[in-house]
Amino acid sequence: MITLLEARGIGKRFGGLQALSDVSLTIGKGEIYGLIGPNGAGKTTFFNVLTGAYTPDGGEFIFNGTVLPSGKPHLVVAQGIARTFQNIRLFRELTALENVMAGHHIRTNATVWGILTQNKHTVEEERLTTERAYELLKYVGIERFATATAKNLSYGDQRRLEIARALATEPQLLALDEPAAGMNATETGQLKLLIDQIRRDGITVLLIEHDVKLVMGLCDRVAVLDFGRKIAEDVPAVVQKNEAVIGAYLGGGHKNAH
Amino acid sequence: MNELALAVPWLGKRNPQAARWLVIALAIGAPLIAMAFGRTWVRVLDFALLYILLALGLNLVVGFAGLLDLGYIAFYAVGAYTFAFLSSPHFDVHLPIWVVLPLAAGFAATAGIMLGFPVLRLRGDYLAIVTLGFGEIVRIFMNNLNYPVNITNGPQGINALDPIILFGWDLSRNIQVTEEVSINSLFLYYYFFLACVAGSIMFIQRLQISRVGRAWAAMRDDELAAKAIGINTRNMKLLAFSLGATFGGLSGALFGSFQGFVSPESFSLMESIAVLTMVVFGGMGNVAGAIVGALILSALPEILRHLAVPVQQALFGHVLLDPEVLRMLLLSLAMILMMLLRPAGLIPANAKYSHIRHLKSKGVAQ
Repeated sequence: MITLLEARGIGKRFGGLQALSDVSLTIGKGEIYGLIGPNGAGKTTFFNVLTGAYTPDGGEFIFNGTVLPSGKPHLVVAQGIARTFQNIRLFRELTALENVMAGHHIRTNATVWGILTQNKHTVEEERLTTERAYELLKYVGIERFATATAKNLSYGDQRRLEIARALATEPQLLALDEPAAGMNATETGQLKLLIDQIRRDGITVLLIEHDVKLVMGLCDRVAVLDFGRKIAEDVPAVVQKNEAVIGAYLGGGHKNAH
Repeated sequence: MNELALAVPWLGKRNPQAARWLVIALAIGAPLIAMAFGRTWVRVLDFALLYILLALGLNLVVGFAGLLDLGYIAFYAVGAYTFAFLSSPHFDVHLPIWVVLPLAAGFAATAGIMLGFPVLRLRGDYLAIVTLGFGEIVRIFMNNLNYPVNITNGPQGINALDPIILFGWDLSRNIQVTEEVSINSLFLYYYFFLACVAGSIMFIQRLQISRVGRAWAAMRDDELAAKAIGINTRNMKLLAFSLGATFGGLSGALFGSFQGFVSPESFSLMESIAVLTMVVFGGMGNVAGAIVGALILSALPEILRHLAVPVQQALFGHVLLDPEVLRMLLLSLAMILMMLLRPAGLIPANAKYSHIRHLKSKGVAQ
């Protein structure tokens, strides 16, 4: 297994709350890696620290052999990490296509001067951005809504659009924060196929999810967080039988968590 | 241009091509029509064009990037004073217009960045308060920088600014075609300003459908998500402030030269609010809206000034309400009616105007 991302002793404290303490894990290239745990376990905080929305109090991330900059989201995206949000955050007033085109921003470099003069580079870049965005909409299966305003899409389609937008940044690691939340069984099934397809196309996936069936059926390896600590990490079948994990979910004492 | 054409009532949707020619014809013919009512009205149109330039620039900051700026007139002041310093007997410097205009725009852009840095983390109301303060600071500086060293000549302002001279052609002189026929200088200014406005519209529309315009729209809709897809929101905000300020500075320089006189009282808070009202009234985030808003709201007070007194005298025999009082009254009324009837402005921003056509031209959308 070639390591893509390594978290080394990540810690994050909010006042009196230790949201993450000494979390270390490694994600291999081409894996679908699950991050699970009860509500408030620190999963989303881990995402926010990883993607630069928060600065960690301790530890560092090694991505592709280099240390990730902390607290600078746009530099993290440039390195090749894209994310989606637990509560969908689209650009609501823009069309679906424009949402995805905006996602391509970091991979384009037209200057104000180029835009003013509409030079060859700018026109060509804009054409490629448009085409690529349309292809990505096709990829997630919502190309028929390309010109619809994002806020008017159905819930499931908004989720897909957010994934397409994240893919437009050309990531090596795609971090999905509860993508199946609020979806019915059919939609979850389609989502599973989509995530699997993304992995087969060479993108590593980091998945936070509550839907245990989805996690167990999809992930190669799973880490379990509880009260900001990693209490287990293994293949799904083993994690499922781990006593500490069962305890964390069912409230059977927190021997391992404290 | 296309947005304006589409905004033409009735005709715009049925025959955009005809509407486009109508808009062009109106833009070119407007001063000729205005001349029929007297020279003053051509002057009103000249000022309207300057306000359009201002509204376009402010629309870029407020409408596109979603940064509420209540001190926008400060950039207008920077442009006007730059012109006054570099092209008047005040310091006895008389640089040509091709040097002064870029400098005025450049200084205004620098002022925009200077304002931008401290307010990067502010949003909404807080941003509005700081920008409001910035606008007042600039005005108060202009008012007081006459002592101990006289730089701005204080409240008296600076007189006798140079007229605009294009390739040795003085726009402030009437052209004598024959003995009886002459082209008034107001016309020359009108067409020069019109060219500036047309160029600005083209630039702004290109910006709107570019990666920069999308980044602004993304930032306006959801700043956190914009960061998460790799948009450097700091740079994009500074760019919005500086580009918006550029148009303010350009308009200010043209204003100084056209008026031939600048003084701090032209750059009060009320002016900032007036320009913002134009943008909001026309429709935020929409080029056509900014233009129509600026046109209507800059002409309205002039029409009132000419109508209010005679009408009241005819009706009541004496003047009950001063036109200035009436102006604020009607402006407020217009805003209230707009909020009730068309909350998104006269011509609401519509992604479909600018983007979908753009996509169609690329063969993507049906």
